[in-house]
Amino acid sequence: MAQVIASRRGPVTGTAKAKSRRPFLLDLYSTAVGKKYVMAISGIAMMGFVLFHMIGNLKMFLGASDLNHYAHFLEKLLYPLAPEKTVLWILRAGLIGMLILHLHAAYSLTVMNRTARPVKYQSARDYQIANFASRTMRWSGIIVLAFIVWHLLDLTFGVVNSQTNTFYMEGDERLKDVYNAVVHSFERPVVAVFYIVANVLLGIHLFHGAWSIFQSLGWNNPRFNKWRNAFATGFAAIVVVGNVTFPVAVMAGILEKATY
Amino acid sequence: MSVNIIDQMVAQGVPFAREYGGLLDNRSFGGAQVSRTFYARGQTGQQLLLGAYQQFSRQVGLGGIRLFNRCELVDVVVVDGRASGIVVRDLMTGEIQSHAAHAVVLATGGYGNVFFLSTNAMACNVTAAWRAHRRGALFANPCYTQIHPTCIPQSDEFQSKLTLMSESLRNDGRVWVPKNADEVRAAHDIPEADRDYYLERLYPSFGNLAPRDISSRAAKRAVDKGLGVGPLKNGVYLDFSDAINRLGRDVVEERYGNLFEMYERIAGENPYDVPMRIYPATHYTMGGLWVDYELQTNIPGLYAAGEANFSDHGANRLGASALMQGLADGYFVLPYTIGNELAPMLNKPIPGTDHPEFKRAEQEARDRYNGYLNVNGTRSPDWFHRELGKIIWDYCGMERTEQGLEKALSELPALYEEFKKDLRVTGDGNSLNQTLEKAGRVDDFFQLGMLMCRDALDRNESCGGHFRSEYQTDEGEAQRDDDNYCHVSAWQWGGDAMSPKLNVEPLEFKEVHLATRSYK
Amino acid sequence: MSNHLTNLTLRVWRQKGPNDSGHFEDHAIEQISDEASFLEMLDILNERLIAQGKEAVVFDHDCREGICGTCSLMINGQAHGNQRGTATCQLHMRKFKSGDTIVIEPWRASAFPIIKDLMVDRSAFDRIIESGGFITAPTGGAPDANLIPIPKPVADSAMDSAECIGCGACVAACPNGAANLFTAAKVSHLNRLPQGQAERYKRVEAMVETMDEYFGSCTNHGECEAACPKEISIDVIALMNKDYRKAKLKNRKDLSRT
Repeated sequence: MAQVIASRRGPVTGTAKAKSRRPFLLDLYSTAVGKKYVMAISGIAMMGFVLFHMIGNLKMFLGASDLNHYAHFLEKLLYPLAPEKTVLWILRAGLIGMLILHLHAAYSLTVMNRTARPVKYQSARDYQIANFASRTMRWSGIIVLAFIVWHLLDLTFGVVNSQTNTFYMEGDERLKDVYNAVVHSFERPVVAVFYIVANVLLGIHLFHGAWSIFQSLGWNNPRFNKWRNAFATGFAAIVVVGNVTFPVAVMAGILEKATY
Repeated sequence: MSVNIIDQMVAQGVPFAREYGGLLDNRSFGGAQVSRTFYARGQTGQQLLLGAYQQFSRQVGLGGIRLFNRCELVDVVVVDGRASGIVVRDLMTGEIQSHAAHAVVLATGGYGNVFFLSTNAMACNVTAAWRAHRRGALFANPCYTQIHPTCIPQSDEFQSKLTLMSESLRNDGRVWVPKNADEVRAAHDIPEADRDYYLERLYPSFGNLAPRDISSRAAKRAVDKGLGVGPLKNGVYLDFSDAINRLGRDVVEERYGNLFEMYERIAGENPYDVPMRIYPATHYTMGGLWVDYELQTNIPGLYAAGEANFSDHGANRLGASALMQGLADGYFVLPYTIGNELAPMLNKPIPGTDHPEFKRAEQEARDRYNGYLNVNGTRSPDWFHRELGKIIWDYCGMERTEQGLEKALSELPALYEEFKKDLRVTGDGNSLNQTLEKAGRVDDFFQLGMLMCRDALDRNESCGGHFRSEYQTDEGEAQRDDDNYCHVSAWQWGGDAMSPKLNVEPLEFKEVHLATRSYK
Repeated sequence: MSNHLTNLTLRVWRQKGPNDSGHFEDHAIEQISDEASFLEMLDILNERLIAQGKEAVVFDHDCREGICGTCSLMINGQAHGNQRGTATCQLHMRKFKSGDTIVIEPWRASAFPIIKDLMVDRSAFDRIIESGGFITAPTGGAPDANLIPIPKPVADSAMDSAECIGCGACVAACPNGAANLFTAAKVSHLNRLPQGQAERYKRVEAMVETMDEYFGSCTNHGECEAACPKEISIDVIALMNKDYRKAKLKNRKDLSRT
């Protein structure tokens, strides 16, 4: 038995019968390369979110009123064209969709990779280029996901602690007290630490992920290649540093509870 | 046909170098005075191989070829005078199997590894051609072996092969040795006056690009006179300092970068700073199975293509032509000529693998391999191979003498007897056993070695790759004897390795007349 | 002028066959010249084993010049050892020190089943090439080579990719067991050349899909580039990804006709 590995594919020529193909997107998604495309695009969407979320929340430093009005603005996006909170929920649905795709692709690829090397090396590996960031993407991703779930329960839905779900009146408007919710949350050291750790892991995840986008999407041009690493590092740094200022500022007393 | 080959290979995607206008670039090569060779960096052969492999893969994917990896041919089956199939050994399981066919084509390479140290890959062997020879195929001109002048010199006893440095290096490198046998200075400390650029001195018109046999013998003479360089004083310098000064380091790097890196990896020296050390080593074998113009051996249905046959190159092969021959044989000759053999066989039955001849050949193969396992001596096949190689290199290498060849013809059978009595092969024959594989190959090399020495002894002239010290001009060049030896020596198996029968095929030159090339 | 290393320990993987679980075996090398190549050291070990009546260590090798792609050892956790751009056969003992322990393992991947000891079967690579790693050019129809002018940068970069020797170090080194560097090298070699344009998209689609049948996925670790004895850049992977996207997007109409 000389031929050990046989292909499951038939011959590829002009005269071979066409494989019946699934709908375009499913077809693209069926290969690992296609799944990486989906991971890259969903990653870009989530990166965009994480950046604008951080920038928007910097309004904390402008005062409670600014932040709360910003939050209210988001709820009333395109109102009265659309009912309140509708556009916000559509955007949230899109984001959740991106997250689900990202997770599913990651899961399938993990299964594929485990099948590719069922018996691990029996001696220590000596990696030359693969770094901590690239080798821990799954773990940093899972911990960030766990954090996201907590973060939503704590601040968006306010179900963890009643103090993060309060409202107040400003003139005629009934505003959610987002500012005090955040301050209250970060005054709890455990929460603050979890948040900071999750953000550092997010930074590590983005450090590899942001660079990886270029490879996965085929964006490779000698004119900008050397900027790819700088872009990834810079992006990760900006997001992490920006996000970490909030708990640090609260713990240091720079941001204090507001009264209306 | 070489033009057709280039066109075909380019169409297949072989990335030959292009100059700025987009057309094929060329450079000079040994044995020719003009720049006429197309190339793909320093690995043209590799790229041609990959181009052919890709086409081959296409056919495998289409189902036109069935691939049997890791199976070694151990015999050719001849039924009623026709080649009817082959017997193979599956190297992974040790199983002996046969395949029946309308025709058999051997494209199994040359026998340079009879010297043990050569530029050939270590698995290369003569078994396929030799087994065909034992079944009746004539083996022609085995003494025509080519020594390549630019290889990295041997560094010690454990050396397993000699690495070829591309001949293209001779375009820009200058070959020299110190004039003084007691020279101890480092190369760059030796002034021009104390250097002997012997190729430029002896052959002004070809200079450093003198053909391979000329350059190899000149290097051997220099080293034999004690002028060799390197720790074992077994090399000559190939110096690029002039080229670097003239062209700049960048141009030299572009042309030879990968070759310089390879040299540095092996020898631990940087050719940009110190001259390369080179020495000749066996590289190609012009001899091989006798074939006619249709590439068919004297056994109907058995073909031999590429280095496995003896044709196209005569006594000496020019640079870049081995690849050309192999490709021409495979792409342009065999497809047209094999049809002449196959056409009359349409719809006629052929012997199947259950024919007694197949069964007999299979059993002989099984017995042979079991034999190697059962000797239970003390020496490994590699030990015998090294000893065989030394004898052949010393007495049937670059320079041959009647005395030396007769000595070889007495030492070889003696060593072969020892091989049959003292071989040790550990492991068994039912799984992959590289030691057992080597034993089979060394066995066939022994027999070929004896034929080579016999052929060299029989040919009382110097011609191309075969140099007999007794037959040289005053300047030390080869002296041919066209009156008596203008023929192909096609040897027939006579029942044992020491009794082959000579068949002479006279060479008649109709269009081109015989002359003696002068490289001055 | 050559120095000697002393007291090396070789920890070699031995495995009787594909279904054997295998184990490490320690062998002491008292002394070896630093001019010796790594495989020559294994040759010396094997001669010793045969003299002791034991089976020699099986390992793949052929040209011993770093060009055939046959040799394939994991040496101290790196495919082909610790010298960049160097195949196993070209690694010389001067890269090690006296007293070193050298761990030698075969390459591990489900697509590279172990045949015996250190030898693996890499015919999965052949399956990838068979699916599209060629230009369909039946003999006899080729135009004059100079009728296809190729810009020098294109010829040079195709040559860079064509240097792939198909050894499989990329798969061995990759934490995911992916073969993207190998496949992308061939794709980028043929897809960059004018001769390869006719089959460009069908080729990349077929090769990527075949690659998926056997290997893992590329998550851009970049380890393959470090292991590659020809130092092929992961830029080729980006090129293959782009061509794959184009194949899926642009040529659906054409492809579905075939």
